[in-house]
Amino acid sequence: MGIRIRGLAKDFGDFPALHGLDLDIRSGELLALLGPSGSGKTTLLRVLAGLEQPTEGRVFFGEEDASETPVRERRVGFVFQHYALFRHMTVADNIAFGLTCKPKSERPSGAEIKRRVEELLELVQLPTLAKRFPSQLSGGQRQRVALARALAVDPRVLFLDEPFGALDAQVRKDLRKWLRDIHDRTGYTTVFVTHDQDEALELADRVVVLNKGRIEQIGTPDEIYDAPASPFVFDFIGDASRIPVGVEHGRVAIGGTRLDLGVDVLGAGPATLFVRPQHWRLGDGNGGLPATVTATRRHGTARRLDLTLDGGTAVEIDLAPEIAVAVGDRLTLAPTRWRIFFEDGRSIGGALGETGASARAAG
Amino acid sequence: MATDETFPLDPPRPRALPVPPPIGETAPARRILIGAAIGFLALVLALPLAGVFTEGLRKGLGAYLAAFADEDALAAIRLTLLVAAISVPANLVFGVAAAWAITRFSFPGKSALITLIDLPFSVSPVVSGLVFVLLFGANGLVGPWLAAHGLKVIFAVPGLVLATIFVTLPFVARELIPIMQAQGSADEEAALTLGADGWTIFRRVTLPNIKWGLLYGVLLCNARAMGEFGAVSVVSGHIRGLTNTMPLQVEILYNEYDFVGAFAMASVLALLALVTLVLKTILEWRYGDELARSARH
Repeated sequence: MGIRIRGLAKDFGDFPALHGLDLDIRSGELLALLGPSGSGKTTLLRVLAGLEQPTEGRVFFGEEDASETPVRERRVGFVFQHYALFRHMTVADNIAFGLTCKPKSERPSGAEIKRRVEELLELVQLPTLAKRFPSQLSGGQRQRVALARALAVDPRVLFLDEPFGALDAQVRKDLRKWLRDIHDRTGYTTVFVTHDQDEALELADRVVVLNKGRIEQIGTPDEIYDAPASPFVFDFIGDASRIPVGVEHGRVAIGGTRLDLGVDVLGAGPATLFVRPQHWRLGDGNGGLPATVTATRRHGTARRLDLTLDGGTAVEIDLAPEIAVAVGDRLTLAPTRWRIFFEDGRSIGGALGETGASARAAG
Repeated sequence: MATDETFPLDPPRPRALPVPPPIGETAPARRILIGAAIGFLALVLALPLAGVFTEGLRKGLGAYLAAFADEDALAAIRLTLLVAAISVPANLVFGVAAAWAITRFSFPGKSALITLIDLPFSVSPVVSGLVFVLLFGANGLVGPWLAAHGLKVIFAVPGLVLATIFVTLPFVARELIPIMQAQGSADEEAALTLGADGWTIFRRVTLPNIKWGLLYGVLLCNARAMGEFGAVSVVSGHIRGLTNTMPLQVEILYNEYDFVGAFAMASVLALLALVTLVLKTILEWRYGDELARSARH
């Protein structure tokens, strides 16, 4: 079931948590709401589920206007950040809860409920834990039970609030794969909230980046990572160095040094150049930026260098660990992929290929 | 045991040296502190408690039991039970409702309500009783109107019940508010998304989550309801066999130099307190476990 959101706003007293959002969630997709804390992502999820009333705007489930539908009639599955399992009930009773709450005329028989619980336990790969209590489960197991409980009522959409927030790194990784797998098998339209960019990029079909109650960008993980639509997204997703530049007559200058990006940059005035650490190459002194190495450290499979450009701006670059570099060395840098944001929000980006340069303009 | 010497299965463990606890006093200081605490407790708690029972039994078990054969004594016990049986459930309902409202909703006057709930703890019980006399007495605000309609509140059972409800009002709510605050409303929200209606959520999710705290609050409420003297004394009028609860009966008997009767009745109240204490300890043990589990949850 697809969800359409139109002009959705939510205020908490004087504090506006969401400013008039428009968003289309496609049927069957796995969508991530990504943002720092306070960005409104959890509020948006709770408004969609009906746990919060929007101040303005409408939410459509398919063609149906769900804005006035109370939570218990919305038929949504919601997995809470700390799972909110009923601690006095066994795993099986937790999963069966939604079914036993149905009005008598719609309630399945005891045997049918039992069968459905077994089926769901099978789906979440915990078939032997039916008789346990939540306190006897690990964090990852609780998460699975919470999902099974939400799926038991056959929801129209599935919402997960920071589904892996409270788990350790290894369990997170496993559960990510597992959630993707469950999603692909069951086909539920799924929306999850996360502050972890890796999680969003790895797991989701599309990512919605939120900041201060506004949508900064909607796109596939590739689009979000490779073509961030705003300085905020560039900073928030992945690492990036921001370098203040001046643009004049299609030329970019940093301090007094001209930087050859291989293309004419349309626009004029002060701007900010964003480059990711892995999108630098060491230049031959021709049209590059002279810099001094201030620190080096191991960073995953690469060696990360902290450098100071001659103008005083700090940048980070990743190099292959084999390249010997010492603190104090002088290098010349040239960006291979970059994006320049002007102060009015306009941006232009480009990539320097082996054979030449190409540029894309956006927004 | 030659084999043990040739093939020692376990190397001999080094003896733990007697290490003094990192925080602590010297042995004599500890003995003095513990002794002082126990001595003080014995003096002001254990001794008087024992005194109640010895005084009651001074003239033998026969006289002790005879004290309960008295019609007025029996009436006092019945009245105490009746007052508790009305006021405890009333405060149970109010306490749950107030705790629910305070922890789940934000509304104007919420902090005023929290403060008001504590009022009976901070106000002298005598003042509480006087307030009811002012309201419902023969010259009170609504007393004459009620009397005209045949309802007597002061110097009658309704007054006793009202005064007791007032005095014991905070117990249940005070017990539940921190528990419900700590638990948050995620469980209820989860039940809501699963399609449960309000009553189902309360019965199957909220109530099981708060049951130990609730029981604890009810127990304390009941102990106070049965033992309340001040407020009840003001509104009772001390009519023998009609408006005397057990604590009031104790006072009357004592003033009449019927020491056996007074202490016999007092011993029942003391026994009640002991039973409450034991139940409370059991609950604390159970409920501490429950709380620890919910914290891990």
